[in-house]
Amino acid sequence: MAVDVVMPQMGESIFEGTITKWLKKPGDKVERDEPLFEISTDKVDAEIPAPASGTLSEIKVTEGQTVPIKTVVALIDSDGAGAAVAAAPAPAEKPAPAPAPAAPAPEPVAAVPAPVAPARSAPAAAPAAPAEARGRIRSSPLVRKMAREQQIDLAQVRGTGAGGRISKRDIEAFVAAGGVAAAPRPATPAAAPGAPAHVALEVAVPRERLYFGRYEVEPMSVMRQRIAEHMVASKRVSAHVYSVDEADVTKIVSLRGKLKDQFEAQTGTKLTFMPFFIRAAVEALRKYPTVNASIDGTNVVLHRDINVGIAVALDWGLIVPVVKGADEKNFLGLQRAVNDLAERARTKRLKPEEVQEGTFSITNPGVFGGLMGLPVINQPNVAILGLGTIQKRPVVIDDAIAIRSMVYLTLSYDHRVVDGAIAHQFLHHIKKTLEGWAEPIL
Amino acid sequence: MKTCLVVELGVVGYGPAWELQRRLAQARKAGAIGDVLLLCEHPHVVTLGRNGKPEHVRASERLLQQMGVEFHPTDRGGDVTYHGPGQLLGYPILNLAEIRRDVVWYVRQIEEALIRASADFGIEARREPGLTGVWVDRPSGEPEKLAAIGVHFSRWVSTHGFAYNVSTDLRYFDLIVPCGIRDKGVTSLERLLGRAVDVAEFRPRLVERFSEVFGFQMESVTPGELEERIEKQAAVMATN
Repeated sequence: MAVDVVMPQMGESIFEGTITKWLKKPGDKVERDEPLFEISTDKVDAEIPAPASGTLSEIKVTEGQTVPIKTVVALIDSDGAGAAVAAAPAPAEKPAPAPAPAAPAPEPVAAVPAPVAPARSAPAAAPAAPAEARGRIRSSPLVRKMAREQQIDLAQVRGTGAGGRISKRDIEAFVAAGGVAAAPRPATPAAAPGAPAHVALEVAVPRERLYFGRYEVEPMSVMRQRIAEHMVASKRVSAHVYSVDEADVTKIVSLRGKLKDQFEAQTGTKLTFMPFFIRAAVEALRKYPTVNASIDGTNVVLHRDINVGIAVALDWGLIVPVVKGADEKNFLGLQRAVNDLAERARTKRLKPEEVQEGTFSITNPGVFGGLMGLPVINQPNVAILGLGTIQKRPVVIDDAIAIRSMVYLTLSYDHRVVDGAIAHQFLHHIKKTLEGWAEPIL
Repeated sequence: MKTCLVVELGVVGYGPAWELQRRLAQARKAGAIGDVLLLCEHPHVVTLGRNGKPEHVRASERLLQQMGVEFHPTDRGGDVTYHGPGQLLGYPILNLAEIRRDVVWYVRQIEEALIRASADFGIEARREPGLTGVWVDRPSGEPEKLAAIGVHFSRWVSTHGFAYNVSTDLRYFDLIVPCGIRDKGVTSLERLLGRAVDVAEFRPRLVERFSEVFGFQMESVTPGELEERIEKQAAVMATN
């Protein structure tokens, strides 16, 4: 007599379950209440006992499949008459090929959405290094135990885990493939390719090509991971274009030189070049509002506030605190805000809201002597201004060569909304404000 | 009112604690003992759930070794997580067949006990829709995980349980992708309170809230007494 084995209801609000593992094969004898298979829902795993003693005659739902409760997942022949089931491979000492319908996928089917861009599977073409060529085999004690039990040579198994580590799944896939060395799989990790925020953590080449010679592996800090994710997401989302201009800042350099000490004595805060550039950018943003914007699908969000993010390099990364309402501050107010935010960024005392709601960003590769930089747009902005180092250069003025303090200005912008014509006019506006500086600073 | 034994194991390795759970679950299934709540702390260990992805362990085996962090695959649900000093582990060995046959209800009750115990310290913790565990919103609105839950059932008897960050050194979570969730951080009671707090201060609150939520009369026994009870019961059953 055949007894149905059904997907049990593990709770009132549970209407389906995923079979994670069959503990018996078709043809195996089972005792009533002996664990028969394992299921998983959310964070809960459960072993499900056999409802009757007999022979497991058929498995209808394979590992990795999710089915509604009460679905018949297997049949038990309770009188034992059907013990020799035609389709079931006899239990043998060697790993038997999996029954055709049951060929288990290395991962549960639902957990592996197709890669977003076909191009990303390109590294798969690179052949995996032969297993023997790798030095030490990376595996867990559990995996080694499984390998011993199933008499598998781990050197023949291709590890898909971190650092080529051989996982339990790799062993199962190996067995399912009849014990033949598995074909190389795409290096793209299966983890959530659909979630754009995670693409930064992909590895572009098969992992085994990363680990060679002498090395040390350090985990990224949370900040490093966030930076990586934001940068890759920005490059993927925005159509980056770069424009370059230069400005003669001789006047500003001499103004700062003259007033530096007086400024600090009078206000108690240091005079830097940053507020000059913020002011010039604010003026340009007023004139060209599409640069002070965000994109939401097919809508452009034109921000009425001008909140300027200033990239601050830290020993442990980078952060972009925001000068809120930059258009409403006077020169001293801008300088105070910049010094205060930078200081608190370096001492880890920024509040979360102080790195949010920026509408435009400025970064200063010049601080490290860089002539110019082509920065990545800080999302959800559509543009970022890069400031090169200020240096004296020979410049032609009225057919004479003069020595002037010059700076390269670069603008990275999102071509989805900002065109080159606007970008160059925007930069030119900044240049004119800087060159014709008229605002009193004290 | 049903009685639940509560046993404080102190700092105990992940392996021995798991072995004890397994024996207790066997005894519980056999009806040899009643419900038990084990409480302990573990030395540094990274554990990988049955459905966990090994790549969610960021650190190489070598780095884990260098840092004195053990690695342990387990049969609980969930992905990868970290346990270490300052984190209160609770392993309830309950027979849901005698309480309520609903594993989701069980998980929600555990969350409820942890939320109430957090509230005893003035912390407003909550559930995150679609995810398991206990979460707290940062001022910016981003949720951070205060406690993780991963359980296993065999014939309605639970093993594994929850891990609540009292004063955990959160830097160790950088070694992994906690629970496979990359975009959410972790936090601790100590960090939320901005003052030093240890497991001993949190534990009695948790026990009381656990008792309240499940309607248990808690009876505190030492690990030695627990062993005696298991053995005595085994002897009784053997002679019967």
